[in-house]
Amino acid sequence: MLDIAEIKTIEHDVLIVGAGGAGLSAAIEASSLGMSTGIVMKSLLGKAHTVMAEGGMAAALGNVDARDHWKIHFRDTMRGGKFLNAWRMVELHAKLAPERVRLLEEWGAVFDRTKNGLINQRNFGGHRYPRLAHVGDRTGLEMIRTLQDYGIHQGIQAYMECTALDLLTNKSGEVCGIVCMWRETGTFIIFKAKSIIFATGGGGKAWEVTSNSWEYTGDGYAMAYEAGAELMDLEFNQFHPTGMVWPLSVKGLLVTESVRGEGGILLNNEGTRFMFNYIPERFRSETADTEEEAARWLKGDPNARRPPELLTRDVVARAINEEVKAGRGSKHGGAYLNIATQRSAEDIKKKLPSMFHQFKVLAELDITKEPMEVGPTCHYFMGGIRVDADTTMSSVPGLFACGECAAGMHGANRLGGNSLSDLLVFGYLSGKNAAEYAKKVATHSELDKDKVIRIIRNATTILNRESGANPYLLHEELEHNMQANVGIIRTEKELNKGIDTLGKIKEAYKTVKAKGTSQFNPGWHEALGLRNLLITSEAVAHAALLREESRGAHTRADFPGEQEHWLHYNIVITKGDDGEMRLVKVERPAPDAELERIAKSSIDTLEMEIEKEREQGKT
Amino acid sequence: MATRKFQIYKGDHKNGELVNFETEVNEGMVVLDVVLKIQAELANDLAVRWNCKAGKCGSCSVEINGKPKLSCMTRMNQYGPDETITITPLKTFPVIKDIVTDVSWNYTQNKRIKPVKLAPEAKTDKGYVMYQEDVGRVQEFRKCIECYLCQNVCHILRDHDKKDEFIGPRFMIRVASLEMHPLDIVDRIPELKKEFGSGMCNVTRCCTEVCPEDINITDNGIIPLKERVIDRFYDPVTILSRKIFGKRKKKLPPIKP
Repeated sequence: MLDIAEIKTIEHDVLIVGAGGAGLSAAIEASSLGMSTGIVMKSLLGKAHTVMAEGGMAAALGNVDARDHWKIHFRDTMRGGKFLNAWRMVELHAKLAPERVRLLEEWGAVFDRTKNGLINQRNFGGHRYPRLAHVGDRTGLEMIRTLQDYGIHQGIQAYMECTALDLLTNKSGEVCGIVCMWRETGTFIIFKAKSIIFATGGGGKAWEVTSNSWEYTGDGYAMAYEAGAELMDLEFNQFHPTGMVWPLSVKGLLVTESVRGEGGILLNNEGTRFMFNYIPERFRSETADTEEEAARWLKGDPNARRPPELLTRDVVARAINEEVKAGRGSKHGGAYLNIATQRSAEDIKKKLPSMFHQFKVLAELDITKEPMEVGPTCHYFMGGIRVDADTTMSSVPGLFACGECAAGMHGANRLGGNSLSDLLVFGYLSGKNAAEYAKKVATHSELDKDKVIRIIRNATTILNRESGANPYLLHEELEHNMQANVGIIRTEKELNKGIDTLGKIKEAYKTVKAKGTSQFNPGWHEALGLRNLLITSEAVAHAALLREESRGAHTRADFPGEQEHWLHYNIVITKGDDGEMRLVKVERPAPDAELERIAKSSIDTLEMEIEKEREQGKT
Repeated sequence: MATRKFQIYKGDHKNGELVNFETEVNEGMVVLDVVLKIQAELANDLAVRWNCKAGKCGSCSVEINGKPKLSCMTRMNQYGPDETITITPLKTFPVIKDIVTDVSWNYTQNKRIKPVKLAPEAKTDKGYVMYQEDVGRVQEFRKCIECYLCQNVCHILRDHDKKDEFIGPRFMIRVASLEMHPLDIVDRIPELKKEFGSGMCNVTRCCTEVCPEDINITDNGIIPLKERVIDRFYDPVTILSRKIFGKRKKKLPPIKP
């Protein structure tokens, strides 16, 4: 008989799950407000997925081009997200990002510098001006190390290699704790908390070709869903246009957008710079239409328009996909990405050191001499836990979410560089609001003992049953299904097939068996993560089937193009009383008139307006 | 595709043995690919620590045929076709299970180092002013991915187990990254000598050799720090001048127009 009195309980005011950029930012803020703060993570501190972010963090600092302004960052983000973003979140992000980036510098981040000694900024897809504060191509490492080294002196308790299993709520339906498991020993632990922040990242491990690590199993989505929270926009899964395609063992590994930001061009096997053929109407007036103009832009001509390689990720990923399908792909089924002809070897090694190293070691290819081969790879979830823009609280009281696991900020497609700044801005807001919420909670709630026992039983059954499905092979089956049926280009027929197969995998999962003991047992961990990944995949597939249009990262071959009607709806997913997944089309609130005006202004009008404001000393 | 032979340590801190495995290896595979393949197909409970699989997170450090390496960046084609590949955990740290070690000691060391504090007078409304030529050296140290391979090969930690006397190369360069930060105003030289054991290192450069980020740990980090300690504590001229003029403040870089 399971005696829960034997299970250790730890109390915190605010507990954070996930220790990437968002979780650490949230923890630092909550702790600075005097909260007893704990942070639970599946890996070791400093190893979260944020370390893999390469290009930079977008903020309208205006250090490289003084014309930049939050309004232009706002406009770029809304257009990149195909106007499906939560308007208020985009506004907060564009306004707060610069001060959060500067604060990171104060906490010890050492960014690359401009000639004047300020934080340097680079170009990226969809951003009108050089906007990404960066450190070579290892910006994520700089962010996580800075937050980690700052955070450890703030009295935050870090619980490493600890897997969160499920949330606990009290009688009023408020979040009051979470049951976790130490990976090293397989023992359970209960955290009681007055508020909980999820910063659990996405669920990219549902696909075969992905830039995401094993950690990305949609834990936050699934745990929030199980606790009754609303999920939103899960049909929007960003396929980054440039993942490695060769050798097979590294297929999907990210090739930073900075390669294109620094001038890299995309070619098909005929040597054609094909992106010129894929410029969408919405971006035509702001994109170079000749190689000559693109070359002038690279040299720094302020009047030249941006090369088409820097169109938004959804556009570039689809273009590469089309080229390959038309038989114009590279040797191993991708496109050629060439920086060697655009920049000197010295520049490449300085600006893109980890890309140089990555290709040299893993593909035995010298990117200063030869083109890379790249193709789309699953990279990021725009959707996630539905939150209030200002407080970041979910529909379950006391449960907050920030970073990739929260929905709204990026709409139908995220711009590169907006993720790292999202982590800083919304991590901070989550920490602040979760602390304020916790302050109003007088005492910790009583534990729901039955629930605790149920959560633990669910986990131990996987180890204890005599025999059953191999979790690794089930995961492979899931990846294969999502890649084949819920991929970058979707159709009703394939989605239905995908949903059918998901049902079969779910059935098989009921008998999943992890061999071995509870001590540091990756097979068991894999099986636990698989529950979350299955819920996530189901939500993605159903939402993708419901949204009968193509917008941003969600492409339906049977419903090409954006449909005006769908601009007014988000798809919201909850767990129904019958235990089945429920999808509802929820009408979007009307945008603030001023924000709508900014987003829909022509770039010339907006820039003139900003210049005028600056002359009058308003901003 | 060819069948290859592997030996992987299975067990814990006290008891364990090398277990033989055979599996198919495809073109382009790295050692971590093989380990994960063995885990999925032959040994579901084989404990392995990894994350990014791209040499950026420093989680998958192990010893391959006795050499400390990131298993995600070690290609199989470095080894002869008939060579048996032996994978063992980092020797310097206690084994938790199989090839996963307890590296928590490193986290306690990091906490001992005083955090950064930038000179407030260098702050402008556009942020702090620092020049590329002044931050380049610090950026080299900040490339560290905390794989702890340097800690693993440092003979003071590995062979002599003097973890209570020396913080190890990783944290020497962490101190260096702060001490050489152009705007940091905190003094860490006294504890560097008295608590962190800077004198213990006798510059054998083993740490530099294994660094997967090619950080010149010894020459650019440890030696300059040792020089600062010597200047402070053993150079009669600077000791005298400090007595007369007070403690020398760090020089700020000039503000350029």
